[in-house]
Amino acid sequence: MSPREFQFVFGGFVTAWLILVIYAVSLGLRERRLRKELDRVRQMVEKR
Amino acid sequence: MREKITYVLAIAGIALVTWNLYKIFFVLPPEANVAAYQIVYFHVPAAITAFTGFFVALIASGLYLATGDLKFDAFAAGITEVAVAFASVNLATGMIWARYAWGIWWAWDARLTSMLTCWLMYAGYLILRRAVDEPTQRAKLSAFLSIFGCVNVAFVYKSIEWFRTQHPAPVLSVRQGGGMGPGMEAPIYWNYLAMLCIATVLVIVRMRQEGVSREIDSLRRMAHAY
Repeated sequence: MSPREFQFVFGGFVTAWLILVIYAVSLGLRERRLRKELDRVRQMVEKR
Repeated sequence: MREKITYVLAIAGIALVTWNLYKIFFVLPPEANVAAYQIVYFHVPAAITAFTGFFVALIASGLYLATGDLKFDAFAAGITEVAVAFASVNLATGMIWARYAWGIWWAWDARLTSMLTCWLMYAGYLILRRAVDEPTQRAKLSAFLSIFGCVNVAFVYKSIEWFRTQHPAPVLSVRQGGGMGPGMEAPIYWNYLAMLCIATVLVIVRMRQEGVSREIDSLRRMAHAY
């Protein structure tokens, strides 16, 4: 495989998996935020 | 149980991708050992995964409209979000393939333009869900947009048969005029299976979040009722 071919194949693979990894990380961060929010709302309800 | 399924699917997806990479680089005949083929082995399965997601979302949206059960709306939303991620993979890898094969990143041909329109429509679906607060109204509008979007998916699918512009003809032999040569098509299907496993894991995680969101909403309503 020529360096030009490799450059495109590598670029294609990295881009494909990077998009999915970024999405998975964003899901993880959202989950953490939701768990925190759930704890906060639960405490609020318990106080009332 | 759900946790176990998630882990099994994630491991299966990663194992399949690893095995496919080995086959693509070391087992396939030399004529497949070029960027034009190797990018297609991810570009096409990403599109099929996205379309599968949009189709399942269409069914869930239809079920919501028929029953009024918000569970179906949550499922449609989760699956659409994951499908948009795979549609992004399809568009990005397609642009890299175009730069390699045509020397340009983008061409306004029928397939590329219709796929971009499709992506924008479903991105609009996700934005709409953030813009409307009232759950029933949000679910109704989303369901209609999902059904309308799926008409566009059918158009994207058929566009390479209807308009013979710059985008290559179908690569899968199951389609009219398609075919990649003996033994060279299998990695597309195996990668599709791998991406389907990964997509299912992402949908399960997304659905769990929908459940937590619903719990937060009900607790808030309870707090305001006191």
